[in-house]
Amino acid sequence: MTQLPTQTQKKLGLVIDLDTCVGCHACVISCKGWNTENYGAPLSDQDPYGDNPSGTFLNRVHSFEVQPDQGAAQLIHFPKSCLHCEDAPCVTVCPTGASYKRVEDGIVLVNESDCIGCGLCAWACPYGAREMDQAEGVMKKCTLCVDRIYNENLPEVDREPACVRTCPSNARHFGDFADPDSAVSQLVLERGGMDLMPEQGTKPVNKYLPPRPKDQLTQNDEQIDILAPFLEPVATEAKGFLSWLDKTLEKL
Amino acid sequence: MHPAPSVIFFSTFSGLGFGLLGFLGFGMFVPTGWVAFVFFAFAYVLAVGGLISSTFHLGHPERALKAFSQWRSSWLSREAWCAVAALVLMAIYGAGLVFFAQQWTLIGMLGAIASLATVFTTSMIYGQLKTVPRWNTYYTSANFLSLSLAGGALLADQGNLTLILMVVAGAIQLATWLRGDTAFATSGTNMATATGLGSIGTVRAFEPPHTGTNYLLREFVYVIGRKHAQKLRIIALVLMAVLPVILLLLPFSHWLALLAVVSHVAGVLAARWLFFAQAEHVVGLYYGKR
Repeated sequence: MTQLPTQTQKKLGLVIDLDTCVGCHACVISCKGWNTENYGAPLSDQDPYGDNPSGTFLNRVHSFEVQPDQGAAQLIHFPKSCLHCEDAPCVTVCPTGASYKRVEDGIVLVNESDCIGCGLCAWACPYGAREMDQAEGVMKKCTLCVDRIYNENLPEVDREPACVRTCPSNARHFGDFADPDSAVSQLVLERGGMDLMPEQGTKPVNKYLPPRPKDQLTQNDEQIDILAPFLEPVATEAKGFLSWLDKTLEKL
Repeated sequence: MHPAPSVIFFSTFSGLGFGLLGFLGFGMFVPTGWVAFVFFAFAYVLAVGGLISSTFHLGHPERALKAFSQWRSSWLSREAWCAVAALVLMAIYGAGLVFFAQQWTLIGMLGAIASLATVFTTSMIYGQLKTVPRWNTYYTSANFLSLSLAGGALLADQGNLTLILMVVAGAIQLATWLRGDTAFATSGTNMATATGLGSIGTVRAFEPPHTGTNYLLREFVYVIGRKHAQKLRIIALVLMAVLPVILLLLPFSHWLALLAVVSHVAGVLAARWLFFAQAEHVVGLYYGKR
């Protein structure tokens, strides 16, 4: 049913920390690795070793340069996957009921055997979170690793999305946003977690933590100058042969 | 947005076909016998042909029947229902005219309403999308409906009414373009809101996720031919409305009428190509493109 639930019991989602993400793309690879061989159709590649490779990914890492009014430009790595919106426009446009938002945990999923591959849900998503698989002709999207998080065959430590499990810099966190005491809710509260494109009215569940203010390396700071006196040049004036050579060459 | 030929042909020809069915159903043009058969057959070829061509862009056309299930929320599903209702009702109405020389007015009226509702639902598939600011307006519906009515009037030989509808459709087309040119800038969505980084400074796309292209870029960031957009707009408007009006004002001949129809269809096809090619999806912002 593509009508959205008025409320979900849980709001499972991700917090993505733009301050600590180092842009290593490990989440992209682990996501593709897990999701191409588990739930649903594989994530196909077209011409993977040829001149024009492309493929289906559920998670992609962009990099942006931000230039403040004063000071140095900052480089910010920006992982982007489905935000599991509360008002998910991709769900309501679906003509077949293949797209749905789960009442129990708020995860937005595609029932691939009902998907006609019309692509309208990808059109309706402002974030580019849905991609049509070119080999299968069905819409693929982040499942929040629904086949991991409830999977009792996995050790408990692995029962979180592959991207979160693999992130070496702890830039991705998984949890329930409906619970104000959960770690993700607390992170959002402490760090001022934000929505992407709030004006689109999608009410995304996933939140992004803005980068912390940078150190001001250009300011005169005593701490930085501690070693400076020891690093001053010792030989200020050349003597002997080198001095003669220097002067002679200058005269030429 | 990628201008898929199947969708351009679908929306143009089914719009024309349902426009003609509208005039037939409202009883503004009441042929009987063989003449009725020819007109209804023509309308059905346009409308059904358009619908069939629209299935070519589906990943799984064999599951198309499932698209009837979500009419409560989905404009695409509503379009499917309206189209079937229109085609069934107008088939009954047409059978009355062709085989029994009977005009079943109520069925015709309902069929005509369903025909125009089909065009409206088609327009709402695009008009509902907040992600494409150029489309996200009732101008889109006015544009589709006015073209459908003008084309239908042209095919149903409505005389002066055709002239009026042609001029109205041309004016709405022009207004739609002009409003659309500023839509993205006024939508409030930009790289600052897309990344949430606008409070730090000016955001610029530094490096895309992959060196190659992907589905999102192919589908939503289509920039080919945009530099010719203004010329194409003039060509589209002249073919769609100006030339047909001139041809209809000349002393009547069937050849001139045929030329007017061909010109109108060519103009609408060009305008529909521009409708897609000029539409910019907000996801392009993440790639620093539009």
